[in-house]
Amino acid sequence: MQKTEKKKLTVKDILKNIVSRQIFIPIAALLALVLFNLIMDPGFFAVTLKTNSAGNPVFTGNLITILDYGSELAILAIGMTLVTAAAGGQDISVGAGIAISGSVILRVLCGSTTPWPDKMQAPIIVAFLAGCLAAVLCGAFNGVLVAYFKIQPMVATLILYTAGRSIAAWVNLNQLPIVNDKSFGYFGNIIPGIPIPTPIFITAACLIIIALLMKFTTLGLYTQSVGINESSSRLNGLNPILIKFLAFVILGLCVAVAGLIKVSRLSTINYSVIAKDIEMDAILAVALGGNVLSGGKFNIAASVLGAYVIQFLTTTLYKYDVRSDALPAYKAIVVIVLVVLSAPTVRRYLNGFKKKLTLRLSGKEVG
Amino acid sequence: MKKRVLAVVMAAAMLFGLAACGGNGDSGSGDLIKVGIINNDPNESGYRTANDKDLQAMFTKENGYDANFAYGDTNDKQINAAQQMIQSGVQYLLLSAQDVSGWDGVLQDAKNAGVKVILYDRTIDADASLYEASVVSDMAKEGETAANWLKNQNLGEYNIIHIQGQMGTAAQVGRSGALVDMANAEGWNIVKQQTGNWNAEQAQQIVQSVIDAGTSFNVIYAENDNMAQGAVAALDANGITHGVNGDVVIMGFDTNKWALQELLNGNWNYDGQCNPLQASYLDDIIKKLEKGETISPKTIIMDEKGFDASTITEADVEKYGI
Repeated sequence: MQKTEKKKLTVKDILKNIVSRQIFIPIAALLALVLFNLIMDPGFFAVTLKTNSAGNPVFTGNLITILDYGSELAILAIGMTLVTAAAGGQDISVGAGIAISGSVILRVLCGSTTPWPDKMQAPIIVAFLAGCLAAVLCGAFNGVLVAYFKIQPMVATLILYTAGRSIAAWVNLNQLPIVNDKSFGYFGNIIPGIPIPTPIFITAACLIIIALLMKFTTLGLYTQSVGINESSSRLNGLNPILIKFLAFVILGLCVAVAGLIKVSRLSTINYSVIAKDIEMDAILAVALGGNVLSGGKFNIAASVLGAYVIQFLTTTLYKYDVRSDALPAYKAIVVIVLVVLSAPTVRRYLNGFKKKLTLRLSGKEVG
Repeated sequence: MKKRVLAVVMAAAMLFGLAACGGNGDSGSGDLIKVGIINNDPNESGYRTANDKDLQAMFTKENGYDANFAYGDTNDKQINAAQQMIQSGVQYLLLSAQDVSGWDGVLQDAKNAGVKVILYDRTIDADASLYEASVVSDMAKEGETAANWLKNQNLGEYNIIHIQGQMGTAAQVGRSGALVDMANAEGWNIVKQQTGNWNAEQAQQIVQSVIDAGTSFNVIYAENDNMAQGAVAALDANGITHGVNGDVVIMGFDTNKWALQELLNGNWNYDGQCNPLQASYLDDIIKKLEKGETISPKTIIMDEKGFDASTITEADVEKYGI
């Protein structure tokens, strides 16, 4: 009797372990979407090899589209998770940050004579580094306001959220620069000969870098402890100001990479609409990843999965002709469900329900 | 303490911003005509930038004007600016309003103060007695010109991807209405109708989703140039030919210079003009009013063209590109 119960417990434990894992939420959402599409139209998952206009082979299909267009969001989700964990709040200026860094990249590439040069006026790497600098400066600005002046993250980043796009337009003197050199488009499209879109590789590289950072440095642990209890981590010798500041700077770097992909997709920029509302999607990705939005414990992989869930949802809704105006409403439903499920009263109720269920189950076994 | 310092700095910044909005109005002398010009944020779009540049170039001292410019991205800011201008004694108030309503009060003030109001670019819901004239684009006509052009292409069948602008804007309503009416009358098939919110990336994703679904199409009707550009990027990525002698007809609006260049290169087929250059019309109206004439009819609709890839010239690109 004792033995069998132990065995049953382990099976239940495993199940419980899976369900209680943070990454379970985005995986469950992803599976639900996959299942829905499988039932509606199995052809959704078809991937075909085509030739693009330049004569290069390229894989196409909904799955590739999701991985490709979800890249910017996945990269932003990395930084946004760190900021959320350390500062207990979110950065709402990442869309404006993308506009600024993208604008700087194009400004450096196009030079000062004409917005439509035939040749790039500077190497791409120089332009990208300039874009990184701009985005890191924005991140540092937010970081100082939040970490040093202790302003609410959402209020602090509201400044750049409102001013950022005007700054981006000012960087290029209100002109819309266009890069005519094909090689600049490689970052947002494909590199000739490699049939998989480049943003997928860039995202993978970012994920590997952050995974190594988490594994070989104490950044993750420090971020978490500052998020959980700032004063006790200071008493333990950590510097909360520096940790929070670092989180914003890392988010700045993520913004720069996302900005490069964004402006490379079309080799141009539109200040008022580029990466519009992406900050809300990034925050949603963090929430979907099951991270506590008031800081503390975090799981970057879950957030990244959350980002792809959002893109999966977008692509699915496009396929079924849902108006893109209505997309935010669907995302809102997801947010409502998540928020309600994580509310303390609902948690308590669910826990009580779980206990009752276990009691009844074990009762039956005993009986 | 630190917070307080920051608050003071920010308050100061806001005050400075307000003061900057106020501008100055006392530099005029003698014969110059004093005009106050209220516009939208010049960063809003390439269209707006061109519009602002055109006005700045026309209303100069050399042309006999003492002009005072104010910009506002909300109705409130614009109304504030208008009131200041009326108080500073402008003779003419030129207005491109952010919202269509809410202007009756301030326009009545203007009338009482003897300020003549001319609307440009956008109309408002106010009594026609409150303004002297309005210079606007007819978005529905732009759409009709484009739809008629498409009809004259005599494609064997019409399978259209219709990418709309931000829903509810005058440009979207006018340009969508004309196409939908024509499609119903001619039995054209709109395979996808979706809003791209003027956004190139969204248009790119919409077209990609149609391609991924395996639906065939031969026309893309995008309601601005940016969305047409995004659509073309999706076609290029999938090896679908477009433009002159291509499989898919590409249509855009706004005649950005780079878009006309695409037409000239044969990558696109059609681009409809939305004329931002209203300054010469305004200049004309003011000269007439100065002579004591009245403007009738009050609404002046600008000439707007549609450009075809097979007939466009280098000179057109220079002249009409914004």
